[in-house]
Amino acid sequence: MPEETPDLFDSQALISLRDLRVNYGDREILHGISFDVLRGETLVILGGSGSGKSTLLRTLVGLEKPTSGEIWIKGKNIAAIAESELDEIRKKIGMSFQGGALFGSMTVGENVALPLREHTKLEDSTIQIMLRLKLEQVGLEGFEYYMPSQLSGGMKKRAAVARALAMDPEILFFDEPSAGLDPIIAAGIDQLIIELKQAFRMTIIVVTHELASAYLIADRMVLIDKGNIVAIGTPDAMRASTQPRVRQFFDRVAEPEVARELDYLQMLTEDRRHPSESAERRS
Amino acid sequence: MQLASQIGGSVTNGLAYFGSLASLGGRAAYYTFVGPFQGKPLRVQRAFSQAMDVGVRALPILSLITFFIGLILALQAAYELRRFGAIDYVSTAVAISMTRELGPLITAIVVIGRSGSAFAAEIGTMKVTEEIDALETMAISPVHFLVTPKFLAMIVMLPCLTIWANTLGILGGSLFGVTQAGFTLHRYIANSINALFLRDIATGLIKSVMFGITITAVGCLEGLSTGAGAEQVGRSTTRAVVMSIFLVVVVDLVFTALFFFLTDH
Repeated sequence: MPEETPDLFDSQALISLRDLRVNYGDREILHGISFDVLRGETLVILGGSGSGKSTLLRTLVGLEKPTSGEIWIKGKNIAAIAESELDEIRKKIGMSFQGGALFGSMTVGENVALPLREHTKLEDSTIQIMLRLKLEQVGLEGFEYYMPSQLSGGMKKRAAVARALAMDPEILFFDEPSAGLDPIIAAGIDQLIIELKQAFRMTIIVVTHELASAYLIADRMVLIDKGNIVAIGTPDAMRASTQPRVRQFFDRVAEPEVARELDYLQMLTEDRRHPSESAERRS
Repeated sequence: MQLASQIGGSVTNGLAYFGSLASLGGRAAYYTFVGPFQGKPLRVQRAFSQAMDVGVRALPILSLITFFIGLILALQAAYELRRFGAIDYVSTAVAISMTRELGPLITAIVVIGRSGSAFAAEIGTMKVTEEIDALETMAISPVHFLVTPKFLAMIVMLPCLTIWANTLGILGGSLFGVTQAGFTLHRYIANSINALFLRDIATGLIKSVMFGITITAVGCLEGLSTGAGAEQVGRSTTRAVVMSIFLVVVVDLVFTALFFFLTDH
């Protein structure tokens, strides 16, 4: 039975998270995340290493099952639907993985064409045309017969974007698009994301820890720390924020140095408290 | 007390492992036998290229090994038989032990070394590089895409390889028979064929199909359950080989016992 989308939803919201909690084993990684992603916007999820931002992304595309909470994508709660229904949603999203995740045994062209071959009954000649089009969009025309191992890091990312675009998705997810790339190549990927947004009015969600890139591409930002949302807002609002945690991240301040033995002990016990807290909550 | 809980833990783990194997095998069986009728076509082309890898490319090494095994069997059998002046029975001994037991078993072990490990390494690497995740986000089932073609290839190729292994083993035995025991090649082969019942060959082939299922399930399961990092791929590959050899021997025992008690003596 198709559940009605709740009233609190903005009619513009394409994705809505409600009190999302995710566990790895006994440890709770995300402690109740709620926000909306509006149609056509580029939302950047920011956070340090271990903040839970990658887990959040994996949960959004259905690779991790949430412990509780709701993930509404296009009016369906993907936390509570069958695998076959989830697959239907997945055909409308594209995901670009951190390392590209291209299939090493296939050429770039076969990689990009794979979703089309799997999910459509298009003629091979049509698929060839679409595949060239997608490669052109990401600036990789002429590379269809290359193997992924023959591509540079930046080209791999572009090829991965082309594959993510294959099914003309409404939503595009990026995991650390500029990780492991030199600044010039990374800027090129940022430019590509901006072009995709302008050309196709695509809804784009990017997970990154690169501030410069985030400022450039984001319509709105979500800052995540230790599995909680710290702040959410436009880049300007984030710049102007006076919240200490936000300032620390945006001004790139290191964690406070440990001055005395007592501080050190306190820091250790604070870190330890998290798992036991979540254990208590469960029992 | 601690011992009991340890034994209990091991049993639970073993059962869970067996459950995962069965679940993976079941899903692969679904995509092989039911899927094609529900608009999920079989990946014949991928299965074919897997079959080339699993089967055809294994022929040279398998031929050599089984030829030697046949020769060894003949030597060992002759050692005892000649004391009774029954050296003529060498051909029978080799033919029966090859087709009933050693043909399927040696084939399985060669295939574990070549393909079971390769399955775990291939799928494990894909897991580490997020390629398995990529398949899932593209709404392509990794079991359908990767595992099912391997099952198909194994189920078809392992019996074929076994027949080949049996033949080469008998030929290996004939080398001894002809040079040392006064057979002509023709008489040695004719003797071997006469000694065999269809039942001997059939039980061997049934076992080889079961071995194929076991090897694929273990290799793919180990690959799919690879953790993060390159050294985990190595660990999965090792585990795949060790578990496959162990389980193939277990399956061998179960089916041999089954055939023993089912046939009237």
